[in-house]
Parts: sequence; C-alpha cells; structure tokens
Amino acid sequence: MLAIGLAHYLTVGAILFVLGVLGIFLNRKNIIVILMSVELILLAVNLNLVAFSAQLGDLTGQIFAMLILTVAAAEAAIGLAIVVIHFRNRGTIEVDDVSTLKG
Amino acid sequence: MYVGAIFFPLLGACIAGFLGRWIGDKPAQWATVFFMALAAVCGSAAFIDVALGSAPGVVPLFTFIDVGGFEVSWALRYDTLSVVMVAMVTFISTLIHLYSVGYMSHDATIPRFFAYLSLFTFMMLMLVTADNLVQLFFGWEGVGLASYLLIGYWYEKESANRAAMKAFIVNRVGDVFFMLGLALTFWTFQSVEFETIFAGIEAAQGQTFLGLPAFEVIGVLLFLGACGKSAQIGLHTWLPDAMEGPTPVSALIHAATMVTAGVFLMVRMSPVLEYAPTTLTVITIVGATTAIFAATIGCVQNDIKRIIAYSTCSQLGYMFFAVGVGAYQAAMFHLFTHAFFKALLFLGAGSVIHAMSDEQDIRRMGGIWKKIPLTYVMMWVGSLALAGVPYFAGYYSKDMVLEVAYAAHSGAGMYAFAMGLLAAFLTAFYSWRLIILTFHGAPRADHHTMEHVHESPWTMMVPLLALSAGAVMTGYYFYDMFVGHHQTYFWNGAIFTSATNQVLEHAHHVPSWVPLAPTVVGLSGIALAYVMYMFAPKLPAMLANALPGVHRFLLNKWYFDELYDAIFVRPAMHLARVFWKTGDTRIIDGMPNGAASLAVGVAGGAVRLQSGRVASYAFTMIIGLVLFVSLILVGMPR
Amino acid sequence: MIAAIAFYLFAAILIASAVMVVTSRNPVHSVLFLILAFFNAAALFLIAGAEFLAMILVIVYVGAVAVLFLFVVMMLDVDFSAIREGFQRYAPIGGVIGLVLFAELIFVFGSWSFADNAAVLRLNPMEPGVENTRAIGRILYTDYVWLFQLSGLILLVAMIGAIVLTLRNKPQAKRQDIGKQVSRMGSVNLRQVRSGAGLAELGIERPPVDAPAEKPKPIAHDHAHGGHH
Repeated sequence: MLAIGLAHYLTVGAILFVLGVLGIFLNRKNIIVILMSVELILLAVNLNLVAFSAQLGDLTGQIFAMLILTVAAAEAAIGLAIVVIHFRNRGTIEVDDVSTLKG
Repeated sequence: MYVGAIFFPLLGACIAGFLGRWIGDKPAQWATVFFMALAAVCGSAAFIDVALGSAPGVVPLFTFIDVGGFEVSWALRYDTLSVVMVAMVTFISTLIHLYSVGYMSHDATIPRFFAYLSLFTFMMLMLVTADNLVQLFFGWEGVGLASYLLIGYWYEKESANRAAMKAFIVNRVGDVFFMLGLALTFWTFQSVEFETIFAGIEAAQGQTFLGLPAFEVIGVLLFLGACGKSAQIGLHTWLPDAMEGPTPVSALIHAATMVTAGVFLMVRMSPVLEYAPTTLTVITIVGATTAIFAATIGCVQNDIKRIIAYSTCSQLGYMFFAVGVGAYQAAMFHLFTHAFFKALLFLGAGSVIHAMSDEQDIRRMGGIWKKIPLTYVMMWVGSLALAGVPYFAGYYSKDMVLEVAYAAHSGAGMYAFAMGLLAAFLTAFYSWRLIILTFHGAPRADHHTMEHVHESPWTMMVPLLALSAGAVMTGYYFYDMFVGHHQTYFWNGAIFTSATNQVLEHAHHVPSWVPLAPTVVGLSGIALAYVMYMFAPKLPAMLANALPGVHRFLLNKWYFDELYDAIFVRPAMHLARVFWKTGDTRIIDGMPNGAASLAVGVAGGAVRLQSGRVASYAFTMIIGLVLFVSLILVGMPR
Repeated sequence: MIAAIAFYLFAAILIASAVMVVTSRNPVHSVLFLILAFFNAAALFLIAGAEFLAMILVIVYVGAVAVLFLFVVMMLDVDFSAIREGFQRYAPIGGVIGLVLFAELIFVFGSWSFADNAAVLRLNPMEPGVENTRAIGRILYTDYVWLFQLSGLILLVAMIGAIVLTLRNKPQAKRQDIGKQVSRMGSVNLRQVRSGAGLAELGIERPPVDAPAEKPKPIAHDHAHGGHH
C-alpha cells in the first residue's frame, strides 16, 4: 500500500503530463525541447504506472514502466540522431523549417 | 518427417533468399537443391507410410486465427490424396531445382530464382496438406504470389512484367469466387475444417442460399475459383502468357503443380460435390470445352512453349471433366501422370531452347535431332505419353478418363467423351507437329545458331531421364492403386464417392471399342502430322490459305484476348475517361465561378492546414487526443 | 508524516522543475532542470516503494538520456534566440488545451474506483518480505523474459538506427587500409646497413621504380619510402 494517497500521485502525474503537452506548444520551434517534453509526458505515465502498482500490490505495472523507460531511451536516441543530421543538412533545428512533408 | 517434407523447402528458400548474397550463388542454389531433395525423401517416405501403409493422420502445428467462434488451426492433413500430391510435388520440384542449376547457370541473380522456386514449392505443399479451407487459401494465394514473382523473374523485360500482372489479375478473378465459396462454406457448416465439413454433409443437405441449394452454390463458386488457377476456358488467358518466365518455372508451376491445384481442390471437396449434381454437369461441360478449345489453338501456335502451354490447358480440361462425371480417382490419376510427362516436355523444350541459343519459335528450328539426340528421345517419350500411345503413362490415365466419361451415361458425359476423343486426336497431331518442325527437316535457324547447338549439361539431363522414367512407368505401375481394383484400399476414404456413384465400376465394363478409340485417334493424329509436315510440307500452308478464317481464328486464340479487351479492359478505360471528362473536366472545372472561387477559398484553407510543418501536425494530434478523451468522457455510460 | 512531507517536497520540486524545462530560455538550463525533475521523480518512486525503478530512472535517464541531450544541445551550434521567436504565439491555444486536458484527467481520477475483486485479479502480487528488486528480478527473467528480450531488441535497433543515421563517410578522410598495405609487396624492402656507414659510402637507395614515366627527383633524402600514410 502507498504511504501517500493514490490521488496525490495521480495529480502529480496529471500536472506533469499537461506540462509536457504545454511544452510542445510553447517550444514549437525547438525540437530538442519538444523531445524533452515528450520525456516528461512519458515520465508522467511512468509515475501513474508505479503509483497504481504500489496501490494494488501488483508488480506488473513496474514491469510496464521498465518497458516504457526502454522505449523512451530508444526514442531519445533516435530523435537526437535525427536532430543531428537535420542540423547537419540545414544548419538549424527549427521545426518550422521542416515543411517538406507538404505533398 | 511429415513436417520436414513441408518445411525443408521453406528453409531452403530462406537460406537462398536471405543469405544468398553472403554465401554466394553456388552454395545458395545447392542449399535449395539439397533441402528439396530432403523434402522429396520425406515426401516419398510419407507416401509409403500413408498411402501404401494406409495410415492417414493429421499433424497439428499451431493455431492460425482465433476470432470469436471462428478458429482456424494450422495443421498438416496427411491422407492419401494429399500425400500423393506431396510426393509428386517434392519429387518433381527436386528434379526441376536440379535442372535449373544447369538452365539458369548464366543468370545474374541465381539465389533469387532458387529462393522463389523453393518458396513456391513450400506454398504448394501448404496448399495440398491444408487441413482447412483457410489454410488451403493461404497456400493458394502463396502459389499465386510465387507464380507472379517467377513469371516476372526477368523483370527488366516489359512483356514478362505484363504477363506476371496478367496472371496475377486473372487469378484474382478466380480468387474472388473462391473467397465467396469459402465464406458460404463457413456460413453453411459453421466451420472451415475439412473434418467438420465432411462430417456435417448429411445435416446440411437441405440448406439453401438465396433459394438455391447451398451445396450447388458452394460447388460452383469453388469451381470458378479453380478455373482461375487451373486456366479453364474463360480464365485461361494468363497461362500461355505465363510462358514468359524461365522454362523450369513453366515446367514446375504451369505444368506439374500449381495449375493442377484447381483439380486438387475439386477432388478435395468431393464430399460436397457429390451432392451437387448440377455443379458436376457444369464442370464436365467446361472441362470438355476447354480440352477441345485449347487443343485446336495448340495446332497453329508457333512458340514451342506456348504449344505445350495450350496442351497443358487441354489436359487440365480432361481432369476437370473426369471430376465432373464423378471419377475423382481418374482425375487424380491423370493429374499424377500428366505431371511427369508434361514436366518432361517442358524441360525437353527448355533443353531445346538452351541448345538453340534462346530461340523459341519452331519455324526457326529444324534439323537438329542429330545434334541433340538425347533431348530428341526425351521429347519423343514425353509426346508418346501425352498422346496416349499404349504402355506409356498417358495411355492409362487418358483412357481411364475417357472411359469414365463414356460410362457416365449422361448427356454431359457423352459430350465430354466426344470432345475428349477429338482433343486426343488433335493432341497427338500438334505434339508431332512440334517434334517434326523442331527436330526434322532442313535447318531454318541461321548459321551462327546452328553451330552452337549442343547437348545440355548433366544437371539438365538427369532430371529429364528421371522424368522420362516416370512418364513411361507411372501409368502402368500406379494404375491398380489409383483407379484399378485396389483403389478403395489405396484412397482409404480420402476421396468420397456416394453409394450411387459407380462410374469407376462401370468404366471397367464399357464396350471394347471405347478403350481402343483413344489409341486409334492418337495414332491417326501422329500419322496426319507426319503426312502434313514430313512428307507434304506444302500442305499446311495450302490448308491455311484454303481456310483463312479458321486459321486466323485459331491463330488468334479464338479471339479471347481481344474479347476481354473489348468487354472488360476497354469499358474500364472508357469509364475512367467518362469520369475524367465529365466528372473532372465538366463538373468540377466547369462549375460556375462562384462555386469555383468558393472551392479556391476552401482549398486555401485546406492548404493552410497542410502546411507540411511537423509542429502543426503534432499540435493537431494533441488536439485530436483531447477531443477524443472529451468524447469518451461525455459519452461514458455511468 | 515524514513520508508525506517528503512527498510534497519532492512533488513540488518536480513540478517546478518541469515548468522550468518547458519555459526556460536556454536549452542547457532546460536539460539541467530535466535532470532535476528526474531525480525528484526517482524520489517519488522510492516513496512508492519502487526502488529498482527509481535507481533505473536515475541511471538511465540522468546517466544516459539527459547527458545525451546535454551533449547534443552543446554540440550543435544553434542560435537559440532566433528559435525563441514566436514563443507566445501558440501559448493561448496550448494553455486552453492543457487546461481542458488537466480538467479531464482530474475528472477521471475523481470519478473512478477500483473493481471489487481487484485484489484477486492481480497478475503478479507483491509478496511481503521480498524486496522490490528481487521481486522484479524473479518475474522479469521468467514470466516476462520475452518482454525483456524485446526491450533489448528495441535498444539494439535504436542504437543501430542512431549510428546509421549519423554516420557519414567523408571522402577525404584518411583511413588505414591494412589490405592495401599488405599488398604493397615489392615497394618496400629491408636491407641491412653497416653501422657507421654514411651516405657517401652507400650511395642513395631508391625504391624500385614502377612508374618509369615519373622522373626521379635529383636528390632524394629518404632511404626508401615504405611508410604508410
């Protein structure tokens, strides 16, 4: 059982999640900060999983959290690699410049 | 062993396909040959076990699909029917792999070819050992895919690409019907497992679908599916074009194995067909028509492989009308022997093409029999078997097919008998036309080619010898088991014939002129070919001049391609043009200005939406997520 | 009581640093605040009793991911002031979205309860007396071994992907080609030279000339150019 109420954890998680989403909006040009915001969102998810795991006394949540950690690390590595080559090609990391997706 | 026979080819395909680049051409091709040989050993052992020792069984592998009440397992069904196919497919495929080693030796991407070939074999084995219709369909599509890949193997050739696409698309037409039949089977029996279907026949007998008996509809749908794969009249157009592929492919896929899948399917579904008399009549008529139709075209073609392709088409017709009169055993028997001698003919043709420096037109051959005597003999053996000359394999099976057609004592049966007899005459005629034009007479090829005519390497000759042994002996040796006195013991319930179906029994008691007739017409066909092409070479041209209409009609393959072009291809193009002209040009472009400017305005907004900016897309995603969550919250039942 | 105080403290720092991550002007500061956030999240994990995950978070995130971020931010010569332009443009819509999302999440948390038989439905119940790391280890390498292997595979793919993406071959880069060196037979030969002998006695040694078109220079000071570059 949790020493602190589950609701507290969930609230912190929710705030973190919203901050992550907000970060994407605020730093729409700076892809590095966007990546960091994504990390925050994933952290919020992890927090929820751990909180539920502790509340229920079930380890499955923590296993899931580990998988999320793995995916987040992989995502960061690939994301930063893309940033590096994008910078190499364009000399900037502004996401707004990336408009070649236009049909 | 049972599993090995199926999965060794896949292993070989994986090795050649994925590792071929690293281990090199030679190891890759020999790996596939080795694994095919292993599979052939397993297949033959299975044949001895299951068919001769009568120990059928099912080898469960794993669950394929499990959705609600619809469960499809993946299992290998080993009864006599499938094991005959497994043994035949693995054996012939091994020989053709070996043959390809020699035939493809100058090719640039050898591992790719062998990977496709082994993949095809795996899919074919999957098809014949299927335990349920879905697995069978998987194999069915798998061989279609492999056939597409192999026909288009020389993908830099425009015509090969077109032929591959044609084969694939025409097969899709058949597959639609197959799928409908599959769905209807599930609807009728609540299962796609053969075991359950066959057990539920009695119970489901009275069922109707749209006012028609369900069995009839299933039978017709599956038969239409089989028509596509087995190139029956109407859906046959892809088979001659498929000769664009390398010759071993034609031998394996378009003679021995894949095209017979349709016949196999019909035989497999024999318990259902036995209760669908109308379907059987349809099958008889279509099969007999195909037999005669393809034979007439075969008489005037000039491409050595196309002639054999039309002959395949015609022989498939024989198999189908044998099914149609209820003699599934006879159909399987003809399928079995046909695989040997037709593969032999194709490989012999390949050997000729190889010798003539890739020349395929028989008008530009001739006079080479002294230079490649072994190939010449092989072609003779194959043709003798095809024409049904006594004591060759084709004699037993073709006679049997014609006897059962006669013994059916029905209108359709008599039609099939008459057409089959006529087709037998034409078959013998065009076979010897091919032999005489190819090997005899004055050389018509240029000097340079003639100098290079040479016998093929041993890797190509060994398969030919093995197949010729099959073409000579299989008929005599297996006659008793397939259709003779031991047939009940041999088939051991793998083929269902209802109590009223005694056609096989009757076939043994037909008037004595009936078994004699095919031989007589066959020999007279050979004689006519000799007269026309050996002794009076002017005769064919005179005949063509005398009957220009008939000649052109046959030369253009009964105008089927033109007919389809007019019925399907042109209207589709026309429809597309209508959409373009009226839909696009007139309605959208010709709108009043107000609407046009409105469209421009809307488009402007849409353009802003599609900015191509990743950030905007990310925002949209998040907003969409929020909306989604809101919707769920609002709509959540409390 | 102490746990509660600690929780509020760490949670407050966590949220504050998360705010700084998304708002600070300098990305380097963002990364540093991200590290701080991770430390505090790890502390929250500890309070929840997930020691192993807490340690993993510190090691993996602070040790690897955050440092990677820092490295990239510092390595790329980016004019961050230009990027800050238009910072406020999407702030209102972002704020609205964030508020809605937050309200919804709170709403969900408020109106929700465990199922009655939740205790029975547990997949991997925690055993009392077994510490967290041991318990995770027990199931991670048995029941979840495929998941574990899959994680490894994901990381491997990510690693290969990152390398493939960023690797570039400069044509002018000089590399050692051992095969080439070894195959240079004949252009290098060893000779024993008497000690103390000078150029005047021995004369000038030249490598065997394999390109006769090239005239030898009048004076060559090296004995034999067998070195590799």
